[in-house]
Amino acid sequence: MSMATTTVSSASGCAPARSLWQRQRWLILRRASQLLILLAFLSGPWFGVWIAKGNLSSSLTLGVLPLTDPLLVLQTLVTGHLPYSSALIGAAIVLGFYLLIGGRVFCSWVCPVNVVTDAAAWSRRRLGIKTGRVPDANTRYWLLGGLLLAAAATGTLAWEWVNPVSLLHRGLIFGMSGGLFVIAGIFMYDLLVASRGWCGHLCPVGAFYGLLGKKALLRVAAPNRKACDDCMDCFAVCPEPQVIRPALKKVGQESPLILASDCTTCGRCIDVCDKQVFKMTHRFDQRSE
Amino acid sequence: MDTGKNSARKSSTAASPASVARRKFINSVAAAAGGGCLLALGAGLYSRQAAALPAQALRPPGALPEADFLAACVRCGLCVRDCPYDTLKLSDLGEPVATGTPYFTARKIACEMCDDIPCVKACPTGALDRQLTDINKAQMGLAALVDHESCLNFLGLRCDVCYRVCPVIDKAITLETHHNPRSDRHAMLLPTVHSDACTGCGKCEKSCVLPEAAIKVFPRQLAQGALPAHYRKSWEEKARHGGSLIGEQVEMPARGFEGSTAGRAATEAVTAPTGAAPAAPSVPPPPAKTAAGINSRWKP
Ligand code: SF4
Ligand code: SF4
Ligand code: SF4
Ligand code: SF4
Ligand code: SF4
Repeated sequence: MSMATTTVSSASGCAPARSLWQRQRWLILRRASQLLILLAFLSGPWFGVWIAKGNLSSSLTLGVLPLTDPLLVLQTLVTGHLPYSSALIGAAIVLGFYLLIGGRVFCSWVCPVNVVTDAAAWSRRRLGIKTGRVPDANTRYWLLGGLLLAAAATGTLAWEWVNPVSLLHRGLIFGMSGGLFVIAGIFMYDLLVASRGWCGHLCPVGAFYGLLGKKALLRVAAPNRKACDDCMDCFAVCPEPQVIRPALKKVGQESPLILASDCTTCGRCIDVCDKQVFKMTHRFDQRSE
Repeated sequence: MDTGKNSARKSSTAASPASVARRKFINSVAAAAGGGCLLALGAGLYSRQAAALPAQALRPPGALPEADFLAACVRCGLCVRDCPYDTLKLSDLGEPVATGTPYFTARKIACEMCDDIPCVKACPTGALDRQLTDINKAQMGLAALVDHESCLNFLGLRCDVCYRVCPVIDKAITLETHHNPRSDRHAMLLPTVHSDACTGCGKCEKSCVLPEAAIKVFPRQLAQGALPAHYRKSWEEKARHGGSLIGEQVEMPARGFEGSTAGRAATEAVTAPTGAAPAAPSVPPPPAKTAAGINSRWKP
């Protein structure tokens, strides 16, 4: 991806040079994760080697492991349909995983739309676009409520008609044409109208996974916050910049852990920080240098 | 002036920072709530508009009734993956079928009616009902011979292809012998679909030799009518009870067919009930017999 070259460099050139791997490690790992997940679904139709069948909505891996999107199952239940146990078990596994590891890990490590919105954010920074109006970040929770309401009111999975997340993932695996307009629309929206507009403010899928991540184990922390020289690189690159301040500047908390469940655990702050303030750790790691 | 403005601003911020914050909060919540409601409304309307299945899209075997199907199917494509004949396809945004749901088009690839029904087994949600264990009981759609002007058998030829390819031959589709009024001496063997046995697999439509199929398979609700629930067929009731339920009835003569050969073999003598029907003035005189074909004398 073009994202591999992303670096928002500060004016200060005096930081010790870090290798490309050090500067892009988490980005490369995330893109690899997103790509491998896609390839697991595509190796079947492309090479006849079946690893995962289906798509992110529901899948069967190696013929034994069912995985189902818990938000979809929730909507199905709201319509009044009780799915078969394979879908329920699949949803329980996914739910358990994200509850434990971190809700929005889905966003930065799995969701294909993340690549699109990251690209839009990168282009926006590069082109210096400052236009637009950002919607309230709580809109996503209203949309989440709205999609459940729509499911209840129509008795169908109404959101799935337009859901860009499943639209793109399904499209990449099963082929798409019309769906591309929605994806292009999101890119243009993030580029021209609202910085981090979709994933940071609107996407109800991300909002749902965010809610799951309230007590997640995998966390990014700023243990070396003393070294921070206020270059603002992390704020510029972070898809949810508001989550950094409490940990980095001790606003309302002593802990160096980024505890807000909006943090997607993408690790970009670790990558871009020349002072190596951040690191990936677990919830109980309170160490601070 | 300046001081007044300043003090005004000062007082407004100092007096009610809470109210400003509250107004801001209410504004943003209103906007967000509006967004949520719009989404619910938009998605709801769109889904209602798109909930009707177009005429040429058929659901996989075992699919729940359309409204329930759209609640149950999570659009995963596992049924698509396990269909050995690549019959099924997931709809894309903008197609008339609900986005992401599986369907097939009979004329492109028909369902081969697999004995083990792998598509149903693959479905994790029950959108394809596992109670369907005998593929012959599937109701994916219903075939209808729609074009009586082009079907070769209706022209009096013996094409029979739709009949021969039917996996439920002689039950779902039969050839019914009818008098050919054009030649007046030949038979037409008309492909006739029976709704109690047709699975809607689509093989007949797929195989129709015409450039545009004369027999087509539709979702059931499009291809099938329904009698009112209270209707009883006298002949069935009669058979069930071993006799008429209302006693012996006076046989009335059939009028209006004097001299006509309708419904009779060409060789059969026409026996008009001359004695029973004394010349009624309303009955027009028999017309000159045409060389071929029936004339029921019915005029719109
Ligand atoms: S916010 Fe939504 S679109 Fe963005 S990465 Fe998360 S799930 Fe995907
Ligand atoms: S705080 Fe760091 S890990 Fe969390 S979303 Fe922001 S950049 Fe990613
Ligand atoms: S019965 Fe067989 S051919 Fe028909 S849709 Fe299912 S898997 Fe495909
Ligand atoms: S397997 Fe079931 S839930 Fe998945 S697409 Fe097919 S019908 Fe829908
Ligand atoms: S759709 Fe056609 S081929 Fe299939 S069962 Fe019905 S009549 Fe037979």
